[in-house]
Amino acid sequence: MNQKVVEKLGFIMLFALTALTIFFLITIIYFIAVRGVKVISWEFLTQFPKDAMTKGGVAPAIVGTLCLTIGAILFALPLGVACAVYLCEYSPKSYIVNIIRMSINNLAGVPSVVFGLFGLAIFVKIFGFGVSILSGSLTLAVMVLPSIISTSQEALMAVPQSYREASLALGASHWQTIKKVVVPTALPGILTGIILGIGRVAGETAPILFTAGTFYMRSYPKSIFSETMALPYHIYALMTEGTRPDQQVRIAYGCALILLLIVLSVSAIAVVIRQSQRRLYVH
Amino acid sequence: MYTNNIKECMKFEDVNFYYYNKQALKNITFSVPENRITAIIGPSGCGKTTFIRLINRMNELIPGTRMEGKIFLNGKEIYTQDTDVVDIRRSVGMVFQKPNPFPKSIYENISYGLRINGIRDKSYIDAKVEESLKKAALWNEVKDRLHDNALGFSGGQQQRLCIARCLAVEPKVILFDEPCASLDPISTAKIEELMLDLKKNYTIIIVTHNMQQAARVSDFTAFFYLGSMVEIDLTSIIFTKPKQKATEDYITGRFG
Repeated sequence: MNQKVVEKLGFIMLFALTALTIFFLITIIYFIAVRGVKVISWEFLTQFPKDAMTKGGVAPAIVGTLCLTIGAILFALPLGVACAVYLCEYSPKSYIVNIIRMSINNLAGVPSVVFGLFGLAIFVKIFGFGVSILSGSLTLAVMVLPSIISTSQEALMAVPQSYREASLALGASHWQTIKKVVVPTALPGILTGIILGIGRVAGETAPILFTAGTFYMRSYPKSIFSETMALPYHIYALMTEGTRPDQQVRIAYGCALILLLIVLSVSAIAVVIRQSQRRLYVH
Repeated sequence: MYTNNIKECMKFEDVNFYYYNKQALKNITFSVPENRITAIIGPSGCGKTTFIRLINRMNELIPGTRMEGKIFLNGKEIYTQDTDVVDIRRSVGMVFQKPNPFPKSIYENISYGLRINGIRDKSYIDAKVEESLKKAALWNEVKDRLHDNALGFSGGQQQRLCIARCLAVEPKVILFDEPCASLDPISTAKIEELMLDLKKNYTIIIVTHNMQQAARVSDFTAFFYLGSMVEIDLTSIIFTKPKQKATEDYITGRFG
């Protein structure tokens, strides 16, 4: 075959595959939006569920998901970034450090339900936090740590060595160099990791199944030691429990749409921050 | 070699340097005069860059390296137990082969060295930024764009910014590691002119691949070959009647 034809075919194939991927994404969003938008109203956003989850709103689930997500990021962010900084900037090249790196990568592949069981055993039982927002947040934090660590690490490694040398050659200490040059330069990349992390944390069901979630609440969670409703868990409950599937499935789509919007808006905020940082650091 | 009115700034005594088991520098012994430009020339891989990175102790950042011998800066040994590396790096500035400004504004690049030293006085920093940029012959080009990102400037301007950044910390010695390797002839000429101006107040060591450059700017030239310092003398002598055969062969382009 002629080189030009091959090139053309290759291009068409790649374009078609890209289009297919986007098609799936759009279909999912369209499917959920069309069904979800019918049930979303002010009442749906602000009321408690009524009549055995067949009427009313999902306000406590929205609040619960926000609490769990914020809690998980509060724990995972400083821990993950600190760990990445240590592994990238301080740790000597040794056998043990290699094992730590490998373990972190493997941790990223552990199924989320296993993290749920881990959270039940450690946070709920041994630490005695009970089924609560605290236990759920910690479990989600542990689950999302490896991905925050590895994306932060990649961002730090992408900082040119010449920046570090320039800073050290001016008489800056190792820590000053990290704080004022390396981390600010890597920030857009680190933020990307956090955006992805937030998306995962907000949407995960299995880790909160045994550690934080409950089907129904009469009030908002009172403290970090209360159990809570959460959107993904509520969808699961609506689809598996109850006696009026026809009513419940409609509400589940509403929840799915809200969940999607929460994740998208968090991502959008982070993208804006990242872009402004990028303008600052990469011309 | 030196006439009476030249003072010694640095002295190297039997300096050996190793990357793991490979010896990169062999028994380097010579001294560097104050307020003069000393050029280090030699073929690629002869240890020029390794050598000047010893002076501000940058090679320590590379794992598996080892240094033997003594280096004196203004009479004080710099490789001892109680030497403060940070002090050494403050008095020995470095300009790298590729311009490496931080991805921050011109102003932040220059004030960086002051702020890490704990200087907070805004008016002092402002004055120092202006002074450094003027010394680096960059002020007129950037005075209205001090808060623009440094990465938006040309390579030659970035390199002069790096020189200004280095001057702001008031070093005594400035090391230039092939500072014009990635620059065009006009920027190169500006930097060479700048170096000649700076030698009044600073001791300068420049590593260069470009023999014309060494001949144009330096007072003394050292020829390095295979990790050894073959010969050092007045630049005029090195380029006209070197004592060593190897130096002559390199100068006349028989190898390199």
